[in-house]
Amino acid sequence: MARRLLFEHINVPGINTFDVYRQQGGYRAVERALKSLSPDDVVEEVKKSGLRGRGGAGFPTGMKWSFLAKPEGVPRYLVCNADESEPGTFKDRYLMTHIPHLLIEGMIVSSYALGANTSYIYVRGEMMPQIRILEKAIAEAKAAGFLGKNILGSGFDLELYVQPGGGAYICGEETALLESLEGKRGNPRIKPPFPAVSGLYGCPTVVNNVESIAAVVPIVNEGGDEYAKIGIGRSTGTKLISASGNINKPGVYEIELGVSVEDFIYSDEYCGGIANGKRLKAVVAGGSSVPILPANLILKTVNGENRLMTYESLSDGGFATGTMLGSGGFVVLDEDACIVRNTWNFSRFYHHESCGQCSPCREGTGWMEKVLHRLEYGHGTMSDIDLLVDVAKKIEGNTICPLGDAAAWPVASAIRHFRDEFEWHVTHPQEAQKGNYGLAHYADPLPAIAATV
Amino acid sequence: MLKVTETQEINFSAGLIAQFDEIVKRYPQGKQKSALLPVLHLVQAEYGWLSPSAMDKVAEYLNIQPIEVYEVATFYTMFFLQPQGKYVLEVCRTGPCQLVGSDKMMTHLEKKLGVKEGEVTKDGLFSWRGVECLAACGMAPVLQIGPDYTYYENLTEDKLDTLIEELKKK
Ligand SMILES: Cc1cc2nc3c(=O)[nH]c(=O)nc-3n(C[C@H](O)[C@H](O)[C@H](O)COP(=O)(O)O)c2cc1C
Ligand code: SF4
Ligand code: FES
Repeated sequence: MARRLLFEHINVPGINTFDVYRQQGGYRAVERALKSLSPDDVVEEVKKSGLRGRGGAGFPTGMKWSFLAKPEGVPRYLVCNADESEPGTFKDRYLMTHIPHLLIEGMIVSSYALGANTSYIYVRGEMMPQIRILEKAIAEAKAAGFLGKNILGSGFDLELYVQPGGGAYICGEETALLESLEGKRGNPRIKPPFPAVSGLYGCPTVVNNVESIAAVVPIVNEGGDEYAKIGIGRSTGTKLISASGNINKPGVYEIELGVSVEDFIYSDEYCGGIANGKRLKAVVAGGSSVPILPANLILKTVNGENRLMTYESLSDGGFATGTMLGSGGFVVLDEDACIVRNTWNFSRFYHHESCGQCSPCREGTGWMEKVLHRLEYGHGTMSDIDLLVDVAKKIEGNTICPLGDAAAWPVASAIRHFRDEFEWHVTHPQEAQKGNYGLAHYADPLPAIAATV
Repeated sequence: MLKVTETQEINFSAGLIAQFDEIVKRYPQGKQKSALLPVLHLVQAEYGWLSPSAMDKVAEYLNIQPIEVYEVATFYTMFFLQPQGKYVLEVCRTGPCQLVGSDKMMTHLEKKLGVKEGEVTKDGLFSWRGVECLAACGMAPVLQIGPDYTYYENLTEDKLDTLIEELKKK
């Protein structure tokens, strides 16, 4: 059984309440940090842990913290990103629902490390039930003296608030989130300045994902070095993976970074194999924004090495034959899934969610959606496929925020790996309405790698 | 839920204002505009949608321009600028849900309720729409219903029927 750091006690009845959480050793990290560590010590432990941001980009958390500007007399803020809207990702909602005090505890320790006396958890508005859960947990923690003035007699004050969003994927982007928290439209800001210098209300701000902040708790409890022993290379610790799609056991799994993709999909400890006795066709490994890979390439790299659930292994091969760990939204597509339909669906999503500030993103996502719709519904032409590649290329890298890239990559990768299926939609428009292209040569057991590249 | 029309003048109750006051305290002095989204959620929960008068009153309360409220209300998908059914069934339509049958759920809803996406049933009870990923893809297909935004997971056509019958009886 793999080690679980965040979900060790998740099945204990009542773990969502302060009392049970405390009985299971909860809030020890607050005691340890506030009584025996300086804020810089905490930052140092997080650096040593090698923790990388769990929101998608994988930027080292300790390093991000050490960039925070500290001008005299100016407040600093910690804002937790609980906007979780990346299709395929549902780990943060799960964590907040079942073990809310872990996030609250992480917020207290992290705020202490950063010298923030007011911190916010920005939760997407659709998660009203989770907002209520967090508010209750905050009230309990406050009643027990872990929030408010002079926490545990340490002289450290902290007020923690939950802020609802209003339904907009873009507010997961950290500067859009800050705009939204200021009561505005969620338009990403032009960077620099980065939030570490000028964030919420123009003050130095750190924005971290729910899971990153929760991971600070075991890091402080066990020490950064211990945490770093789990995992492989620069992929340290455990990671929450949201598994969905055509698998036997969808759900949120805490893995030790480094398990093989094959084990993750087929073992009973995790996804339990493909549902209904079907075969694996493709995987979107890190949320909708990362490149989709066909079965053969997700299980093994082009060099024939086993693909592992780590930042490095999943991105092995770059964009040509690799993908990314992203937010850990692991979506599995079986032989009956239509790649064109799935790509069209994702494009519609990005078009719908574009904030509209940059023309390449606003217009480009709309064109891609339209062209993909036409291909899916049997009105496409061969030149449409190249048109898509061209539009995707022109969006990529030409926008204020990474949503443009996130919209371009799924389209570009789907065509790169499944071009025959797109062409079949053009040559067989009638059949494509009724049936499905199937597996083609992307099947398990694996075909010889040489045959597919 | 109180019924208000397009032109009806709105006055917030003392109870609602007290809730607004609590929210404003969360932010530094002078940053009361940060309360806009939470306040709009409360107003929508009270009236079912954001009427022009309601938005103007929010602007007045927060001491900001009405346009600042409109531009926010139109940006975020959760805010309704038109009256809706008492229950708005919001079905996730994004990739992972679609892989396991969200299209079928929406077709079924359309048939069962007899209205198209975005329209309100004659009795005023229901409207429905497709929304983007609700962060519950492992329990797909899913829908949720405001103002509490309760999640209904692992939907089937039978479960939809039962849910609608139960809501009718409420
Ligand atoms: C379009 C877009 C959406 C994003 N959505 C989320 C999100 O829902 N949750 C999240 O934690 N990070 C999201 N991010 C990443 C954040 O901008 C930011 O990198 C992250 O919150 C940093 O936290 P971390 O360092 O702990 O990962 C998104 C980024 C982009 C460009
Ligand atoms: S890339 Fe798209 S979402 Fe990002 S700022 Fe530009 S228009 Fe807005
Ligand atoms: S795709 Fe439906 S909840 Fe995520």
